[in-house]
Amino acid sequence: MRRHFIIVGILVIVMSVLIYIGLDSAGLMPVVASAQAVDVDWMWNLEVIAMSFLFALIVAPLTYSLIVFRRRKGDTTDAEHMEGNTRLEIAWTIVPLFIVMAYAYLGAINLAATQRVDPQAMVVRVTGLQWDWTFEYPSVNGVTVVSKELHLPVGQQVLFRMTSNDVIHSFWVPEFRLKQDVVPGRITELRITPTLEGSYKVRCAELCGTSHAFMENPVIISSQEEFDAWFDVALDEAVTASQTPEGRGQALVSANGCAACHSINGAPGIGPTWFGLIGRTEELTDGSTVVVDEAYVHESISAPQAKIVAGFENQLMPTYSFTEEQIADIIAYITTLR
Amino acid sequence: MRNISPVWKGLLLLVIAGAIGYGIGLGLDALISGALNTSGPVGAAFAILFAVTAFFFGIYGYRGITRGLVYQVVGTLLGALLITGIRALMGLDNIFGVYLFSEPAWVVGALVGVVSFLFGVGVVHDWVQWSRGIDTPEHHADEPGWEKYFGVSLDHKVIGIQYTITALVLIAIGGTFAMIFRTELAASQLQFLTTELRLFNQTGPQIYNTLMSLHGIIMIISILLGISGIMNYAVPFLVGAQDMAFPRLNAFAYWVSVPASVLMLLSLVLGGFDTGWTGYPPLSARAPVGMQMFFLGVFTAGWSSILGSLNVIATVVRLRAKGMSAMRLPILVWASVATSIIALTATQLIGLSFQLVMFQRLFGMPFFDAARGGNPVLFQHLFWFYSHPAVYVFVLPGLGVISELLPVFVRKPLFGYRWVAMSSLGIALVGFTVWAHHMFTSGMNEYLRVPFMYSTLLVAVPTGVKFFSWVATMWGGKIETPTPMLFVLGAIIVFLMGGLTGPPNAAIALDLHLHDTYWVVGHFHDTIFGGFVFPFFAAIYYWFPKATGRRMNEFWGKVHFWMMTPSFFVLTLGMMLIGLRGMRRRIVDYDPALGFDFAQLIMTIGGYLIALSVLIFIINLFHSIKHGEKAEGNLWNSRSPEWQVPSPMPVHNYDVPFEVVGEPYDYGLKDSKYVEFSPNGQKHIEFTTEPEVQPHRH
Repeated sequence: MRRHFIIVGILVIVMSVLIYIGLDSAGLMPVVASAQAVDVDWMWNLEVIAMSFLFALIVAPLTYSLIVFRRRKGDTTDAEHMEGNTRLEIAWTIVPLFIVMAYAYLGAINLAATQRVDPQAMVVRVTGLQWDWTFEYPSVNGVTVVSKELHLPVGQQVLFRMTSNDVIHSFWVPEFRLKQDVVPGRITELRITPTLEGSYKVRCAELCGTSHAFMENPVIISSQEEFDAWFDVALDEAVTASQTPEGRGQALVSANGCAACHSINGAPGIGPTWFGLIGRTEELTDGSTVVVDEAYVHESISAPQAKIVAGFENQLMPTYSFTEEQIADIIAYITTLR
Repeated sequence: MRNISPVWKGLLLLVIAGAIGYGIGLGLDALISGALNTSGPVGAAFAILFAVTAFFFGIYGYRGITRGLVYQVVGTLLGALLITGIRALMGLDNIFGVYLFSEPAWVVGALVGVVSFLFGVGVVHDWVQWSRGIDTPEHHADEPGWEKYFGVSLDHKVIGIQYTITALVLIAIGGTFAMIFRTELAASQLQFLTTELRLFNQTGPQIYNTLMSLHGIIMIISILLGISGIMNYAVPFLVGAQDMAFPRLNAFAYWVSVPASVLMLLSLVLGGFDTGWTGYPPLSARAPVGMQMFFLGVFTAGWSSILGSLNVIATVVRLRAKGMSAMRLPILVWASVATSIIALTATQLIGLSFQLVMFQRLFGMPFFDAARGGNPVLFQHLFWFYSHPAVYVFVLPGLGVISELLPVFVRKPLFGYRWVAMSSLGIALVGFTVWAHHMFTSGMNEYLRVPFMYSTLLVAVPTGVKFFSWVATMWGGKIETPTPMLFVLGAIIVFLMGGLTGPPNAAIALDLHLHDTYWVVGHFHDTIFGGFVFPFFAAIYYWFPKATGRRMNEFWGKVHFWMMTPSFFVLTLGMMLIGLRGMRRRIVDYDPALGFDFAQLIMTIGGYLIALSVLIFIINLFHSIKHGEKAEGNLWNSRSPEWQVPSPMPVHNYDVPFEVVGEPYDYGLKDSKYVEFSPNGQKHIEFTTEPEVQPHRH
């Protein structure tokens, strides 16, 4: 028996090391693009060590037994009677207990490391909506830059203050590692310090309905100078847009994610396209037809279920609380789409 | 018609009645909407209801399950019409709609349909008689042959097989759904589930969401029915009882799952639902009427789970053979008790959480509506308080099967019996304290996440005890590897993969990366295949001779194993790999730039091979019932009491009661026995034609 134990002991060690080297060199995680990702990958490495060792610890003796302790042909006797070993049983209860508590302790330390607060963090307000993201930067002279693309400077911690317009979404950039649900009715926070310039995508990780799979927006990490340049241009555009009705309308449409359902170029979507909407004749679900004018669009925005265009009855549009001026701005914007 | 086999007759009627139902539904729909919607929900709903009912009529005639289904269809329509009438009298708009009936009408109709089914199938017959002061005998005479499986029987072995076959049917349906969307996922971009597609009022991505959600819940119900199958079939004869403690309740618990399954199928065509089986609001508060069918289906199936587990506990507590002390119980019985404790006490919470969303939709009670003071995260707490322990409900009986079968094929006692028995209870109890580890990203209090990390990692301790005991049991044994043992070994390794990939999810910061990715999907499928699917197959190959007196074909059993196991590793390791690299779960399509196409294609091929292997298993199963090699004795040379009597098992299990005189797994100990049959031994229940309960007479 002693010989068997020695062989299996060696097998367990060799197998653990081989599995660990294999998993470690396979590069299983995405690129590291944030300071938090470094911490997360440190914990992942600890887990890979545990997984490699425990897999070997069970599979090596199991496979060894299958080969060495297989029933020989013609043998009909039972094996040697052995019911248990109390000391061994206690050992393999207590030792794992200490190990998992150690891992939990390390997990807590690791969590704290990923949550470190930089008081200088830039605040970006994130809104999740079916099926789009919008990012709102700190106001400058009362004008706010709202973007569909998340531009961030490298090396500076960002505090995302997030909420949802409709259902639960989840903010996840795999290269940043940490994800956080975006919940209607509350603000959730996430801190990320980008460390690697490049283009990534924020991908919604919580099932949010029909187009959940496509709820992906670009994330661009650039140097502080490039970020500032982008921000100045965006700010200028926002200032200009805020001075015309259709510009304000476009900003509203963008902030509320209308384009997720209504295309502006005639492409089919969840809702009717806005391209050439005004003046178009639409058939409604009750069989009647309507020539779309400003009054109809106004009604469709303030009471979306009143008259539904045939073919769109299964995806009900949510109700938005726009002011009269805002609705007028949105109609002004829609009128330009032809 | 006399010469046609009942199955062909059933299939023929299925097609004919399906077409008739489709026509009726189409006509009704056209009458109300004024348009012919050939791929719409109403025609499909009627087609399903008519086809299923006619199929059983062809096989079995107008009795048992057929009558139940007829009652369910009629009850559903009457209930829905009643509410529609009331709504019309109230002067409400939209009393009819795209789904024919309005949502409240469908909900009430579905409930009336479920209750009607139970009356129609006859499972409440005895209780109705008692309420009228009429006695009924304990044992209805079961018909010989296969026919008894289609009607109400009080025999635990019949019910166990009914559960098992229903579970296999649901596995086939849920598996087919999975193959449909796995095919779509084989390459990036939308292949056939396109945005232009319109089926049951859903676009391609919506159909994907519905199929993915239904795959989840149908598999979960099939697992619950599968473990009930194992427990119902085996527990009474393992403890030496002649039946379960409450045979009528036992039949009720089984039959309530049938209308629940019909509701699940209806949810597919009634607009589907796009929330996954987790049904998180606010999304589930907005989904089509299929959502309500899903809620009601789960609600109804939950009764099956609660009442079934009550019965298992009562049976083990009250009906054990003489001398069967706690530490001489077969290990599967310990596992069944542990799993039943969870199912009995936690299932209510999922029912409650779904009921609250139902009420939010029906009555406007804003439990989870943030705009009106509700809290969407509260739902997740209620939901996971059951749904995490539920995974232990799924796996504990399977782990019990591993521990039960391993000594038989190793010819050596189970190493550390007491520790293995207690580890099941340990897992069950710790399992109640870990639910919020599903919610690390949810926005719950961030400090509260830490205690849940500690409690979650604690589960590893009793689970580890099982693994170490299994390895030590095999060490120094004389190992045989017939098909059941192959599946036991597969179960151990696959469950090990599932177990080892769990702790990374418990480490909070790391979970913030892993959560809601294919990593979790792979981890979960490993735990469920290792903890349920492999042991379930092992149990079927092992106890099949007990039920039929024949054994399943060894060659095809081994083909099944060797085709399924490697394919399964390819599938789940692939899932974990792409999950780590950024594949979100529950998506109909993925960014081609991620470079997952090749991995997805390989995984899809693996999925098809698994489906093929299960098909081989099902053919082997049904073929062996009549044509398998005879096996009427102690085929596996087991010490367990059921193998000391001839197969198939006699109707009342043991004509002569047994007494426990030794340890259950003392293989290798000379002249030792586990049980001894003693004609003078004390009988637990005297079966007579008198009812065991004397109803009150007025």
